[in-house]
Amino acid sequence: MTHRATATIHGWLLLLPAMACLAVFTHWPAVASFIDSFYSTPRARRPARFVGLDNYQQMIADPIFWKAMSNNLWFALGTIPTSIALALLMAVWVNDKIVGRTWVRMAYFTPTILPMIAVANIWLFFFTPQYGLLEQIVGFFGGRSTNWLGSQDTALYAVTIVAIWKEAGFFMIFYLAALQAIPPSLGEAAAIEGASRWTYFRRIQFPLLMPTTLFVLINSVINAFRMVDHIFVMTRGGPDNATTLLLFYIYQVGFSFWDTSYAAALTCILLALLAIVAFVQYGWLERRTHYR
Amino acid sequence: MGSLELRAVSKNWGGAAAVDDVTFSVTEGNLVALLGPSGCGKSTTLRLIAGLEQCSSGAIAIGGQDVTNAPPSGRGIAMVFQNYALFPHLSVAENIAFGLKVRKVPRAERDDRLARAAEILGLGALMDRKPSQLSGGQQQRVALGRAIVAQAPVCLMDEPLSNLDAQLRVEMRREIRELQQRLGITMVYVTHDQVEAMTMADQVVLMRNGRIEQDAPPDRLYEVPATIFAARFVGTPPMNVVPLATLATRSNGDVLVAPRGLDPAAVAVGVRPERTVIGERGIAADVVAVEYLGADTLIETRIDSHRFIVRRPGKIRATPGERVHIELSHTDLHWFDLGSERRLTV
Repeated sequence: MTHRATATIHGWLLLLPAMACLAVFTHWPAVASFIDSFYSTPRARRPARFVGLDNYQQMIADPIFWKAMSNNLWFALGTIPTSIALALLMAVWVNDKIVGRTWVRMAYFTPTILPMIAVANIWLFFFTPQYGLLEQIVGFFGGRSTNWLGSQDTALYAVTIVAIWKEAGFFMIFYLAALQAIPPSLGEAAAIEGASRWTYFRRIQFPLLMPTTLFVLINSVINAFRMVDHIFVMTRGGPDNATTLLLFYIYQVGFSFWDTSYAAALTCILLALLAIVAFVQYGWLERRTHYR
Repeated sequence: MGSLELRAVSKNWGGAAAVDDVTFSVTEGNLVALLGPSGCGKSTTLRLIAGLEQCSSGAIAIGGQDVTNAPPSGRGIAMVFQNYALFPHLSVAENIAFGLKVRKVPRAERDDRLARAAEILGLGALMDRKPSQLSGGQQQRVALGRAIVAQAPVCLMDEPLSNLDAQLRVEMRREIRELQQRLGITMVYVTHDQVEAMTMADQVVLMRNGRIEQDAPPDRLYEVPATIFAARFVGTPPMNVVPLATLATRSNGDVLVAPRGLDPAAVAVGVRPERTVIGERGIAADVVAVEYLGADTLIETRIDSHRFIVRRPGKIRATPGERVHIELSHTDLHWFDLGSERRLTV
């Protein structure tokens, strides 16, 4: 065997463990889900059979799917811009020389290290009717009592706020790291040229943060479709599917109703959606991003 | 309008004085070099003038106006940073015009000034490039462009040439000086390189440990150093400074005597290496090393434990270990007080 061939084989052998893990636990399930979505769900006395696009047609006719989809879009719209803006604001603030900077940074980052289930339980208490924290504050100022999680009008807002609170601190760390990579002399040069704090942010800091923004944006989009832990604790999709998000619905269909084929079809739609969003973001933003 | 004055300026960092009671002034259109070893406070002094740091005490005036508490943008200064501080995502043109845009200079005038700066610095072909696509020398030019386009009366430079290679440094040195004189800019130039300070400056402020050691024109700094530190810092090789007591015991000819009124035990004698002659009589010294530089030869010797360098034109034959005699002329000697290290007027 030639030296070159040996080197090639060694290379592939080194790649094998990681590749095997990816293939078995990521790529194959994705492909299998895609295939399953064209079959009927196997039952005890009725094996799976090819049904073509039946599952997808069922989806179009399924009002809960559309409800979950629109919920998820509102959830994404509510969490993404707000959490990124908050993260940026907090990062710029704690990047400046302020008193107790380390303490503030830590405080902002705390939500990220807490498990979502625990966080959801804390917020559950905040939102509890009658004796919850929010109720007590509203009551103190003489406000009207609201069942935040029990009302169809407010439940989605409530879970959106929890997600923002959870995510902003995480994204702040990325922004903070990127801000600290900007040499302070740029700020000094801008100050000498007469640039205000805002001009410096808009013309210098923000453009230089674009690679981070792109990264954070893609992560936040993925998270908006992936983060459902708190739904399980706080609302279980209720009331009347007001907080049912796409992934939560997939879980319900797959593991509560055991309609695995339909769940597979829903999964494919979710993946396709995320893929399109990621492609658009990369294609559109990459061209406007300055990488150092 | 472009004069600069510092009065008793100090800057403390939590008790330690980085700049200690610094007073000097610069005439309009002059180039002053802040010279000194690293950590001597020269960069901090520059940042105080720029307003990037606040004075702990003292006052700074630019163009006759007190700017001690003014923001950096309100002082009428431009600054070139050591690492150039170019905005990496902006083109050369945008970098240079950044300040004009921020200050809302009308478009026509902005383009005009930009074109002029580009022409002066020969940046015409590079205007659309990003800083990362430029060489070190070109980046330096862009930083200069950003400083001169502001047409600020005072321009501050923080070791602007330290990131360039030796040859480019010589070129840029000449270019900056020429530019400064042509545009009549008052310039404060921080450097640790005495050659830069000596060749470019009208006035050199030599600093050490946050204090001014000497404030004088380059020739005076060389010919009449005010302290032992100044004598040794300026000139390559540095001035030889040896206690008189040591020289007196080692002489086989006329014994050096302290000028009248001075205590011979408390003075040191300074002499430039090129003002010494190796001969038959004089001070006995042991040769340690010989360096032949082409135009001249450096002979490093020891007089007791003191290093003493002789510099003679041409090629001089001497071998390490050999004993030579160094002749000194009385008119070339500098006298210093050993205690205060200050120059003694004779």
